[in-house]
Amino acid sequence: MSIIRYQPPETVTWSGLNRLSNLRDELDTLFEMPFWSNFGRQSQLFSGWSPALDLYQNNDNVIARVELPGMRKEDIEISLQDGMLTISGERKSETAEGEKAERTERYVGKFRRSISLPTQVDANKVTATYRDGILTIALPKAEEAKPKQIQVNVG
Amino acid sequence: MNTLVRENRNASQQRSEQFVTPSASVIEDGDAYLLSVEMPGVNKEGLEISVENNELRIIGRRSLPEIEGTPIHRESRSENFRRTFELDPSIDTSKISAHVEQGILTLRLPKAEQVKPRKITVS
Repeated sequence: MSIIRYQPPETVTWSGLNRLSNLRDELDTLFEMPFWSNFGRQSQLFSGWSPALDLYQNNDNVIARVELPGMRKEDIEISLQDGMLTISGERKSETAEGEKAERTERYVGKFRRSISLPTQVDANKVTATYRDGILTIALPKAEEAKPKQIQVNVG
Repeated sequence: MNTLVRENRNASQQRSEQFVTPSASVIEDGDAYLLSVEMPGVNKEGLEISVENNELRIIGRRSLPEIEGTPIHRESRSENFRRTFELDPSIDTSKISAHVEQGILTLRLPKAEQVKPRKITVS
């Protein structure tokens, strides 16, 4: 004989629904993104964090700019070897003890990006700044790589 | 519990200016939720945050110094950031605070008094 009729707990159904709608959200995100936005950075999907990197050059400098939001300056490493610029580092997890992650899209962990430079640069004069989550590296071109104006004297 | 800070997609579909959706994370920290949004190149001046009818809207406009030179390789996008979240009624919208550091916007969304965990002492 049952005194209180058994009622299936409502919460079970709800959490199931939520999980479903979450999955739907994730799928939506995938389809909403334009195809080309992930084209150059496909590796991010499989192997982690691949920050966007831009490279510019003018007469005197080669300039690299990398999107690295939320890093500590000391966790960024820049190296130059055989005409190849490498930027690497690690972003630490920010979930402290007693905190619970509800939703995580931000990537935590190591990254490494390399790009070959178009000309020779003077490794001793490289400067870098980190501001608003953007790393900017200025690499002065080596004297012999700079474009030169040649005076032609017609006599 | 998954929908406490829920993204509102319909609202972000009416667009004229082009935006990209920034990545975000939500952490529950006892009496508040911490929402962090990745917005590289955005500083305090470029942020526009509003709450209306439990809808939190964040716009971040990049203010990157122009680089003199020819682009050789480009992966970054120039569009600004926008994302909308639907806030759970348990969040006290009058007490939301925000700060931005190195391209990460962090919003603190405090829970209203009545939903905070409370210890009840038996006398």
